[in-house]
Amino acid sequence: MATAPELDRPADALDGFRQEVRSWLEANFPPSLKGHDNSMSAVEGPTEETPEQKAWREAMGAKGWGVPTWPKEYGGGGLSRAEARVLQDEMARAGAWNPIGGMGVMMFGPTLLEYGTEEQKQAHIPGIVRGEVRWCQGYSEPGAGSDLASLQTFAEDRGDHYVVNGQKTWTSGGQWADKCFALVRTDKSQKHAGISFLLIDMDAEGVETRPIRLISGQSPFCETFFTNVKVPKGNLVGREGQGWEIGTRLLQHERSSLSGGSGSASRMNAGKSVPEIAKKYRGADGEGRIGDADLRTRIIKHEMDQRAFALTLRRAALEAKGNAGPSAATSIMKNVGARITQDRAELNIEIMGMQGLGWDGEGFSEDELAQTRSWLWGKAVSIYGGSTEIQNNVIAKRILGMLDHQ
Amino acid sequence: MAVLNDEQVMLRDMAREWADNEGPVGAFRKMRAAAPAERFDRDAWGAIGQMGWAGVVIPEEFGGSAFGYLSLGLVVEQLGRNLTASPLASTAVAASAIVMGSSDTARQTWLPQLASGEKIATLAVDEGPVHDGAVSGTTVVGGRLTGAKPFVAEGDGADMFVVAAQDGLYLVEKGEGVTVSHRHMADERSHAHVAFDNAPAEKLGGPELTAAVVDRAAAVTCAEMLGMAEAAFQQTNDYLKQRVQFGQVLSTFQALQHRMAKQFTELQLMRSAVEGALEAIDAGRSDVDQAVSLAKATAGETLKLVSREMVQLHGGVGMTDEYDAGLYLKRAAVLEVLWGNSAFHRDRFGRLNGY
Repeated sequence: MATAPELDRPADALDGFRQEVRSWLEANFPPSLKGHDNSMSAVEGPTEETPEQKAWREAMGAKGWGVPTWPKEYGGGGLSRAEARVLQDEMARAGAWNPIGGMGVMMFGPTLLEYGTEEQKQAHIPGIVRGEVRWCQGYSEPGAGSDLASLQTFAEDRGDHYVVNGQKTWTSGGQWADKCFALVRTDKSQKHAGISFLLIDMDAEGVETRPIRLISGQSPFCETFFTNVKVPKGNLVGREGQGWEIGTRLLQHERSSLSGGSGSASRMNAGKSVPEIAKKYRGADGEGRIGDADLRTRIIKHEMDQRAFALTLRRAALEAKGNAGPSAATSIMKNVGARITQDRAELNIEIMGMQGLGWDGEGFSEDELAQTRSWLWGKAVSIYGGSTEIQNNVIAKRILGMLDHQ
Repeated sequence: MAVLNDEQVMLRDMAREWADNEGPVGAFRKMRAAAPAERFDRDAWGAIGQMGWAGVVIPEEFGGSAFGYLSLGLVVEQLGRNLTASPLASTAVAASAIVMGSSDTARQTWLPQLASGEKIATLAVDEGPVHDGAVSGTTVVGGRLTGAKPFVAEGDGADMFVVAAQDGLYLVEKGEGVTVSHRHMADERSHAHVAFDNAPAEKLGGPELTAAVVDRAAAVTCAEMLGMAEAAFQQTNDYLKQRVQFGQVLSTFQALQHRMAKQFTELQLMRSAVEGALEAIDAGRSDVDQAVSLAKATAGETLKLVSREMVQLHGGVGMTDEYDAGLYLKRAAVLEVLWGNSAFHRDRFGRLNGY
C-alpha cells in the first residue's frame, strides 16, 4: 500500500524529553510574558528589560536552549536536531519566545565554532549563549558592496597586535554592539587571499559609529570608522589570508536565516493577510469576492507564490534530512523570500491608497504607519545579504554550471 | 524531489532508464512520421503494461500495485521529460474513477485489464475548447448516454471512456453508439472528437466523483509538465554551454545567466507545488482541490516560461523542426489548456479560499 514516507523518528523515543521540556517551561516561562517578545534583534536597538524578561533570558541562557544545538562545553544546549524540534514545538505551544538572538546567534557563533581556537570559543561563545554580548558585522565598505573582496580596511602587523584603519558601512546595529567580526586586509598584494577575519572591540579607542538614516526613517545601520585601532593578535580567527573562506562560510549562515524577510516586517503583518486587508479597504463584490478583479488576480498570484514557497521550504528541509545533503532548492530561498516580502508590501500599499502612505500624525492608524515603514524597509531585503542579482549569479554558476566570461 | 521510499526510488529510476532509452524524443518523432491511428507506439505501450505502471494507482486485489499518486507522478514525469507518447496517464486516471466509483462489477471486470495495460481508457469531460467545469450537454436516459466531447486526449486508442454527464460520471465502452474522430493538433499526439449517441453507460458516481477524478487528472498532467519543464530547461542550459558567438560560449553572458537562474527558481517552486498536490491526494487530505489548483496554475506558468525561453534561447535553430524546442513548446501549450489553464485555477484557488 502507498504510505507517506517515514520522515521523523517515532514520537515515543522523544516523549521523555518532551515531558522534561514541558515541566521546565512551566517552571521558568511566566505566561504573563506571552506576546511580550524582547528577543535580541540584529537591526533593532536594545530595549529596557522588565525583571521578568531578564529572568527568562537568564534562565534560557543558563540552560543553553536559546542555541539548542550548540555544544554543551561552551554553554550551548547540546541537543540533537530532533530534540531541538521538540523544544521548538513545546515553546510554540507555551507561547514562549526565544530571548537569545542577534548576529552572534545567527552568524558569528556557528562560524566561530567551526573555525575558532579553543581559547576563542571559550572567550566568546558563552556570552552569545547567555544573550549578554551583542555582535555586529564589519563586512561592506563604501567601495566594496557586491564586490566585497575589494575591501580596503587595513590591519597592519605590529608584532603582537594589529593596527586597523578604514571604514565599514551597513554595520547592522553597530551603535549598540559590543563587538564586531570584521573582514580586513592584511595583504595588499592579493585580492581574496589578502583578507583576514578579525574580532574588534567596539569600545576600543579609535572606533566611531554614525547611524545612517534610511528612506524608511529608521537607522538600523551605521557607518563605522576605525582610526589606528589596536587589536590583539589573539583576535585573528583562522590564519592570515583565510578571511575570505571564513567570511563566505558565515554568509551561508546569514542567507539561510534571511530568506523570511525582516523580522519587523513579518511581525507587523502577522495576523492580517493581503486578502483580508483588500476586503477591509476595498470591499467585496456581490459574491463576497475582492471587488477589483484585476487586483484580486494579482493577490491570488501572490498568495499562491507564498504557498508554493512554503511547500519549497518544507521540501528543502525534508530533503536535507532525507538525503543528508543540502537541497538544490535552498539556493533560491533568499530571492523568493525577498520577492514575496516585497510583493506583499506593494499590494498592501496599493490596496490602502493614500491611507497606506502616511508618515506621521493624525488620521493614520498605527498599522497604517507601520505599513509605510515596512514597505520602504522591505526594499532592503533584495539588496542585503547578497543582492538578488548576486544570488542569480550564484545559481547560474554554482548550480547550473554556467561559465565566467573569458 | 520529495523524499521517496525505496519502492519509489526504484520505480523512478526504472522509469527514467526506460524512457531515456526506449521512449526518447526520437521515438516520438518516429511515431509522428508513422502516424498510427492511436498516435502512440503499441510496442512501447506493451512494455509499459508489463512493467505494471498502468496499475500504480489500482489496488493489489485487482492486479495493481497501489503505490499511489506520487509514484504515478514519478513515472509520468519521466515520460514527460522525453515527450514519450503513451496513454499511461489517461488510463491510470480513468482506472482511478472506477476504483473510487460505486460499481463493483466495473471494478471486477475492468481493473485487472487496465492494470495490465490490456485495455486502454481515458476521460471524456470537457465540452468546449477550455476546461470550465460545465458538462450540461451530456445526458443519460435509461442507461444510455448522449453527448459530444470535442477534445478527448488519448481518445483515438481508447477501449473505454469515463464520461462526465450532467448527473455524474459514467463508464462507456467503445462500440455501440460511440464515434471517434481524430483531431490533428499541434502536439501531434492523440486527441479525438468523441460523439456518444445512446451509448450503453454504467454509472460510477455523481458530480462529486467527476470533480475528484478531474483533480487527479490535473495533478497527473502536472507531473508530465514537470518532467517536460525540467528537460526543456536542461537542454537549453546544455545548448548555451556549447553555442559560441562573439568568441564566447553563450553561457558566459550574464543576461542569459540571470534568465536561466529565474527559470531555475520557478522550477523549484513548480516541483514543490506539483509534488504537494500528488502527496495531498495520497494522504486523502480535504484540501486536494486547492493543492491541485496551486499545482496546475504554477505548472502552467512555469512550463510556459521555460518552453518559450527554450525557443528564444536556442535562437534560429529553436524555430526548426530538427531541434526539439518546438516539440516541447507545442506539447506545453496543449497541457497548459488541459484540465484548466492557469487563469481558471487561480480563480478557483481564490474561490476556495474566499478571496
